Order: sequence, then C-alpha cells, then structure tokens
Amino acid sequence: MELIYATVVGVMVTCSVFLMLRGHTFAIVMGLTLMSYAVNLFLFASGGLALHKPAILGETENPTDPLPQALVLTAIVIGFAMTAFALILAIRARADLGNDQVDGRSAPTDSLATKDKEQREKPRATEKASGGKSR
Amino acid sequence: MMMHLPALPVLLPFFAAVFVLFPFFNERLPLQRLVTQLFLLALVAVSALMLYTTLRDGALGYAMGDWEAPFGIFLLADPMSSFMVLLTSVLALGAHLYACAGEDATGRYFHPLYLFQLMGLNGAFLTADAFNLFVFFEILLIASYSLLIHGGGRERTRAAQHYVLYNLIGSAFFLVALAVLYHAFGTLNIPDMAERAPHLSDESLPLAEAGGMLLMLVFGIKAALLPLHFWLPRTYSSTSIPVAALFAVMTKVGLYSMWRIHGVVYAEGHGELGGLGLDLLAVLSGLTVVVGSLGVLAAESLRRLIANLVILSAGTLLMTVAMGTTQAVAAGVYYTLHSTLMSGAFFLVAGLVVLQRGQAGDRFVRSRPMLAPKLTGFLFAICAMALIGLPPFSGFVGKVFIMQSALDSGDAWWVWPLVLISGLAAMIALSRAGSTLFWRTQGNVLPEVKERLSRLHFAGAGLLCLTTIALVLAAGPLTEWSMRAAQDMHQGVSLEQLNGGRP
Repeated sequence: MELIYATVVGVMVTCSVFLMLRGHTFAIVMGLTLMSYAVNLFLFASGGLALHKPAILGETENPTDPLPQALVLTAIVIGFAMTAFALILAIRARADLGNDQVDGRSAPTDSLATKDKEQREKPRATEKASGGKSR
Repeated sequence: MMMHLPALPVLLPFFAAVFVLFPFFNERLPLQRLVTQLFLLALVAVSALMLYTTLRDGALGYAMGDWEAPFGIFLLADPMSSFMVLLTSVLALGAHLYACAGEDATGRYFHPLYLFQLMGLNGAFLTADAFNLFVFFEILLIASYSLLIHGGGRERTRAAQHYVLYNLIGSAFFLVALAVLYHAFGTLNIPDMAERAPHLSDESLPLAEAGGMLLMLVFGIKAALLPLHFWLPRTYSSTSIPVAALFAVMTKVGLYSMWRIHGVVYAEGHGELGGLGLDLLAVLSGLTVVVGSLGVLAAESLRRLIANLVILSAGTLLMTVAMGTTQAVAAGVYYTLHSTLMSGAFFLVAGLVVLQRGQAGDRFVRSRPMLAPKLTGFLFAICAMALIGLPPFSGFVGKVFIMQSALDSGDAWWVWPLVLISGLAAMIALSRAGSTLFWRTQGNVLPEVKERLSRLHFAGAGLLCLTTIALVLAAGPLTEWSMRAAQDMHQGVSLEQLNGGRP
C-alpha cells in the first residue's frame, strides 16, 4: 500500500511541477492545485498509514494518529482559499496586463506551445502544397 | 487580564479588524482611521507591557481553550517574541499614521486588511507550534497579497502575481517539511521538538535533517536569502508607501523563525542535528550581502534602493543566524529593531519625496524642487545615516554589536569585511541619491503639492525616524535585554513549565 501511495503522490507532484514550469498563469494555478493535493496526501501519510483503524479512542485497541488528519483539514481549507485568490489574481492580471503570461509580456515565450502550433500547421501546409500540385 | 496577556497581541488586531468591517464604520473613513489608530496605540501599550512582564518574570505560556501543550494551540511570550511584537506594533503605528493622510482612500478595506496583517505577524512571532506558525504565515500572507495590490495598477498586479505564486509554492514546501518533521519527531510543538531532538532514533535522523533543511528553504524565501530573494525589490518598490513600510518587518518573520527553529531545535549540542545547515547559510548570507550591496549601487530609484537595503540588512541578520552564538543572536535582535524601523521610516520618506516631485517620482533624475526640502532632507539624512551605520545613530551601535559578537565567536574574518564594505556601498549610493534628489533641481515647486502634502505624512515618517534616536539613547538597557532574550530562547522552556507545573 505504501508503494502505491508514494507513487501516486510522486506522479501528482511531477505533473504539478510540469504545469508550474509553463509560462501561463492558468497552467500554474492548475499546477498549484495539483501540488496542494499531493502535499495534503503526503501530510496525511506522515502519521503512518493504517487500515481499519479509526482515529477515535476507545473504538479499537490501537487507534491511528488523529493529528495528521487535523493538519490535513486545516491545510485543505487554507489551500482552497489561496487557490481562489490566485485564480482571481490571474483573471485580474489578464485584464490589467492584456495577456496571461506570468511576466505580463505579450510575446509568447512558451517553446512547447510554439512547437505544438508548428506541428499542427505543418500537415495543413503540406496538404495545401499537394493540393496545389494536383490542380 | 494579565493571564491573557500573550493572546492579546493576536486578538486585539483581530477584533479591531472585525470591528471596522461593520457597515457603520466601513462607510465612514475618518472614524475607521480613528478606531484603527486607537487599537494600534493599545497594541503598542500591550506589547510594551508584555516585554516588561516577560523580562521580569520569564516566559508566559498561553494554552488556547486550555488544551495542553503538545496538542493544543499554544502561544509563548518570552522576551524574544515580545521584542518582535513591540517592534511590529511601533512600525505599524508609524506607517498607519502615514496611510491616514490619504493612501487608505485609494481602495476599500485598507484598515481591516492592515489589521489582519498585524494579527498574522504577531501570531507568527508568538506561536510555540510549528504548524501554527504555518497557519499564521498564511494569515499574514493572504493579508499581504491584498495589501500589495491595494490601489491597483499594472505594475502592482504584475508584482503581486509573482509574489503570490512564489509564496504559494513556498507554502507547499512548508507543509511537506512539517509532514516530514512530524514523522521524525512525533510532535510539532517547538519546545517539545527541542527536548526530543537529542534522543532521536537513527531511523528518524535523516528525516529530521531533511525537514530542517526544507524549513530553511521556506524561511529563506521569506527572509530574502540569496537565490530566493528575487521577489523582493519589485514587490517592495511597486506597492503603496505605507504597505512597503509595514513589509519591512515581513523579511524578519523568516529570520525570526530561523532563530526559533534552527537556533533552538537544531542547536549546537543536539547530537547529530546540531548546527544543521549553518555552513551553507553562512555562505549564502554573505553572498546576499554582496548582491544587496550591488543592488543598492545599481538602483535607479529611491524605493528600489531601499528595497535593496532591506536585502542587505536581511543578509547581515542571516549572518547572525549562521554564527549561532547567543551573543550573535542578541546582536541580531538589536539590529532587527534598528533595521526594520529605519527601513520602514525610509520608505515613508521616499513617499514624501514621491509626493513632492511630481512626474519624476523617486527616480534619480533632475526635477522640480520640493515644497519642504529642509524637513524632508533632514528626515532623509537621519534614515540614510542610520542605515549606513554612521554614528551617532542606531545603525552604528547595531553594527558594532554584530562585529563584536563575530570577534568573540571567531567569525570575524568573513563577517567584518562584509559588514564594513556593505556600509561603504550604502554610503556611496545614498550620498549620490540624496544629492540628486535634493540638489539637482530646476523650475518651480509644483502648485498642487501643497494640497497633497499633509501633516500626517510628516508625523508618520517623523515618528519612525525618532525611534533611531530612542534606540541609541536606550542602547545600554536594550543590549542587555536582547542578551536576556537570546539566552532565554536558547535555554528554552520545558513542557512542564509551559503547562504550569502539570506533567
């Protein structure tokens, strides 16, 4: 179980880091959301993972540690508020700065996006060229 | 009343904020100003009383709702935290006076946000629990996010975006560090962690080390440690003047947390964990001073220059963490008081300059003369001389104290040159700045300046400038008390003491 749990947290952090390294605010906010989920899961595991053990005294012989659950609850609430604020700020920045780049510069500097665009346009260009030949 | 003293610096701003949010107050700006100002005065009185009590009787613990120490929300007022709370409230009072002159009318909810920010700051200084530290960090951060863009504008939005996203990532790291530490120590109560640190099992030692280094990263972000400081100049120079002045204490929160965690839990003598990461911190803090000096020399406007002076003083203070001795921490406490108040005062003086120079703002270019060049120049000179470290102002005393403690701990060979050369860099930059701002003038005084400039502007800036003289006059007792504060903090308190004798 620990292995699956750790893998899940790791994959989520990987995705979030990838998203946060993009230059667009929306992708970064998505990355932050994923990151906070992963962190919450990690925090939950800090008391040790256990099955069928409620965090209440007197229910079972050895109950699980309730503190991490309390910490996770607090972290979820705070993370939620912070994500909401970051989103509103991103929308505000889109209006104030005229684009959704983190630096507020209009020229897109996202190399992955331009590569995507090139690849999408390449087949169309060849199609056009071939179409011209046949005519 | 005395029993609840440690909770008051957190609760007072909270209730005041809720108070001024009521429609009755919220619709009347002058009333809001008056109420906030009264609450701030009460806060100064309470924190002064707290410092007096803790110096006389030792640390005061406060268990929220009587939940006992390792589990509940626990506040700890010792001389160290009382010093920081008093510093915050005096700075807040001065900056608020300045804000009342009209800066608060540029957007809604300035006063509640300001008070929530104070609540977060005081809470972070007073808490004895690492998770609570995180919660108070978030409170002060979300208030600072809103204060930062108060008044709006392109430049502010851009700065806020960097600041917010960067700090959100920092918060995620904070939580990871806390999870690791909880697993290693089995507790997040700082005195409890300090007690358990020497007896950790071999299994949890690497985890405790990893958690400690992660915390250093998080506090380094807040304290503007070298590779993590890039958010600071743009944030401080683009926000409104009173907010920038209040933010002067924000870098000190990270520094204070390092004193608390890395100076106490990872103290020398705690076996394998002793002095964790201090070598790395020494190198980075020295480089922070170098980069801060270069920034000070390269700055093109007064606010950028002051922001770089904040980095410079943050680097100097982080050197005291890296030295790690009790005397170094005591020197750090005195230097914190001085540098925070004077940076705050300097931001307010920069505000006076911006108000009087019209289009030129605070950029170092030839422009119209000021309406009150003598008074503004006098305040500028006080701030500049204090921050450079020239006698007879507090910077001189602070720097001598730091250099003395470096001599005693055997770190003089790297601390002395950095402190002295950074002072020289600040002197060159500030004398150039001052002569450009005040002497390279042409044309007439702007006619509308007279209406814009109010007595409150000068009152706020003057109040904070006066503190440097108070710091010098009271230098004897203050150094003694900061020694006490550092000793008390390093000695620590046991859980039994915290719970008032109960096991």
